[in-house]
Amino acid sequence: MAQTRNPSRKARQKPSAIPFFQPALFERPIHPRSAISSNDFSVAEVRRILMAADALEREDPLRRAKRLAKRRVALLFYESSTRTRTSFELAAKALGADTTLVSSLSSSIEKGESLKDTGITLKALGAECIILRSPYSGAPYLLARATGLPVLNAGDGMAEHPSQALLDLRTILQHLGVRAAAVSETCLRGVTVTICGDILHSRVARSNELLLPRLGAKVILCGPPQLLPETAAGMMPGIAIERDFDAALEQSQIVMMLRIQAERLAGLQIDLDDYRSRYQASAERIAAHAPTAVILHPGPIIRGMEMVSEVADGPQSAIAQQVHNGVPIRMALVARALSGEKKGGRR
Amino acid sequence: MKDLLLRGGRVADPASGLDAVRDVLLREGKVAAMEIPGQIQAPDAEVFNAKGLIVAPGLVDIHVHLREPGQAYKETIASGTAAAAAGGFTSVCAMPNTIPVNDSPEITRWMQAPDRGASARVFPIAAATLGSMGEALTNYSALKDAGAVAVTDDGKPILGDGIMLEALRSAAKVGLPVIQHAEDTRLTGGCSMNAGALAFRLGLRGMPVEAESGLVERDLSLLKKVKGGHLHVAHLSTKKALDAVRAARKSGLHVTCEVTPHHFALTEERIGLYDTNAKMNPPLRAEADRAAMIEGLLDGTIDAIATDHAPHAAHEKEQEFDRAPNGITGLETALGLAISLLHVQHKMPLPAVLALLSSRPARALGLTGRGALTVGSAADVLVFEPAERWVFHAADSRSRSKNTPFDGTEMQGRVRLTVGDGRVVFRAPR
Repeated sequence: MAQTRNPSRKARQKPSAIPFFQPALFERPIHPRSAISSNDFSVAEVRRILMAADALEREDPLRRAKRLAKRRVALLFYESSTRTRTSFELAAKALGADTTLVSSLSSSIEKGESLKDTGITLKALGAECIILRSPYSGAPYLLARATGLPVLNAGDGMAEHPSQALLDLRTILQHLGVRAAAVSETCLRGVTVTICGDILHSRVARSNELLLPRLGAKVILCGPPQLLPETAAGMMPGIAIERDFDAALEQSQIVMMLRIQAERLAGLQIDLDDYRSRYQASAERIAAHAPTAVILHPGPIIRGMEMVSEVADGPQSAIAQQVHNGVPIRMALVARALSGEKKGGRR
Repeated sequence: MKDLLLRGGRVADPASGLDAVRDVLLREGKVAAMEIPGQIQAPDAEVFNAKGLIVAPGLVDIHVHLREPGQAYKETIASGTAAAAAGGFTSVCAMPNTIPVNDSPEITRWMQAPDRGASARVFPIAAATLGSMGEALTNYSALKDAGAVAVTDDGKPILGDGIMLEALRSAAKVGLPVIQHAEDTRLTGGCSMNAGALAFRLGLRGMPVEAESGLVERDLSLLKKVKGGHLHVAHLSTKKALDAVRAARKSGLHVTCEVTPHHFALTEERIGLYDTNAKMNPPLRAEADRAAMIEGLLDGTIDAIATDHAPHAAHEKEQEFDRAPNGITGLETALGLAISLLHVQHKMPLPAVLALLSSRPARALGLTGRGALTVGSAADVLVFEPAERWVFHAADSRSRSKNTPFDGTEMQGRVRLTVGDGRVVFRAPR
């Protein structure tokens, strides 16, 4: 937002030298320990977060609970969630923080309160960090600007879900036997990750696309043109599109399946039988083309659609491990967000 | 009204081609005399020293949203035309998407009434269909009699072939242009920016170029069937649609078009991290389209620069990108942006830039006596300093709303004095 309490003051101090294509003049800066996009983390920062996740997971629960004792973390959820909400909440509580959940159906959001006002309200109630899930892409930036607080993005529209990408990464590294301390620009060199399904509507796919290639991985996107536009490959170097799922599987050590997001299709017609025949992770297909690959899914799984039970529950599946990794990763993100500031510290 | 003598300025009147130093005497709402300096004797007149400045016809903006009646919290006719005057505009054409929609002679007259306190001449553009619902035509001859200069369902494009053909035919009969906001809304549901790699990256749904060009092509094919028909394409934003207009013009069709300053100054990159002040419809496009707009302005295909001034309150723009309304203000930045990009950057002669902002838009919508600076024409005059570089601050805007992506932008060419119908409507603070 360029609207500010006094928009001209900043501009007057520093008139732009280049008149056009200047970056937006935002009302307020985004808190630097927010986690809104995978791009917010340098490789060194990814390493630090993964190491912190390991350390926090190992730590004595009673000692751990003193880290953020009585600090206030708000969860603001405008969309339903099982895994992400529960693991963020457990993570904050494991660090000793008080959490409060505000969801769209049981709050003044129902009466039309804006995201900005909701954020200001939570801040006034003492929240020092807000974890946001929103159906609108970019909403975390608005909340971060409006409140000045660190905002952790628990999924915004079709845009990003960075904590999911980090927990996916942790799962991948565990299977490859790469320690968190070894995370680098090349730690996934030689590793091919196929992401298959409804890429267009997937914030998980985007956050992974922005993270994994920076660690040396090759990412293959797979899906029908309606759900995977050619422009998707342009997000990063190291991303390729392969429409033939079998061919993609042959190259991959890691396979991430996505559901079709029926709630975001917006009138798009998909022939589901055809989809299943081309893109379903069936037992036969996995056995034939990726018998040793690690199978991931961010959930929720629509069994019988993108994946069958034999695969979801089979020996190659790391889906439950992904869910498990949600708590340590989110502990690290919450601890990072509240680090370096005293309780109740207001800026 | 006291006479006003503008002394010693360089008069640039694109309509007549005059570009020379002249004294200009304004009397009783008309240009009374224009002579070589020193020859006009007007001892009672107020004198404005225009030495070193350009004296041009008051600018004409054929696409503004003044929000009245119905949404005075965003803008009123008084505040919107005050912003117009500050930007050098003396004539503005007000779009009909007011509340209620301007689909009647009553509202059309109401908008022009002296009680509105306008600082610029308001030329209403009336709805092409009742309530802009795209079903039944409004009464074009009655609207024209009431002062409407064109018909449009701006923002709610006329999609039906039958009704669009009917609109073109009926408008041709009474000599009005039909203005189309060219967007095939069947292709843009839920979209909030230009389609492409950036939209994918941001997780926003994108409007394809074809949604604009497809409807322009459809309209041009309908226009071929209408003898004497005139189609005006609003805020063109894509190369593909511009090419269609260029080809149709060559084939002899009466089609005119406009482009906004933001579509030739900015690209979709300006959205940055979901800045809603870069959200408008049509959306900011890719660089190739922006470059095509510049090209179309330079080669004459584009008839007019129009701002699509679309004020919105802060609380409306401070929302999630998908939820925020489309549109930005533009009246106070148009001249500076046009001079900076077209004259300074692309070496377009100043009179040609001024033509795009005055004589040519006036001609496109048939605003007789406007957009020209000759003896006998309306005393609509803009005096500006063409070389002055300045920084635009949204907070200083006369508009009620401050939703602009140009806050803090440096530009060249600054308005010093605006005279509308002989009355000083803006004077730069000293």
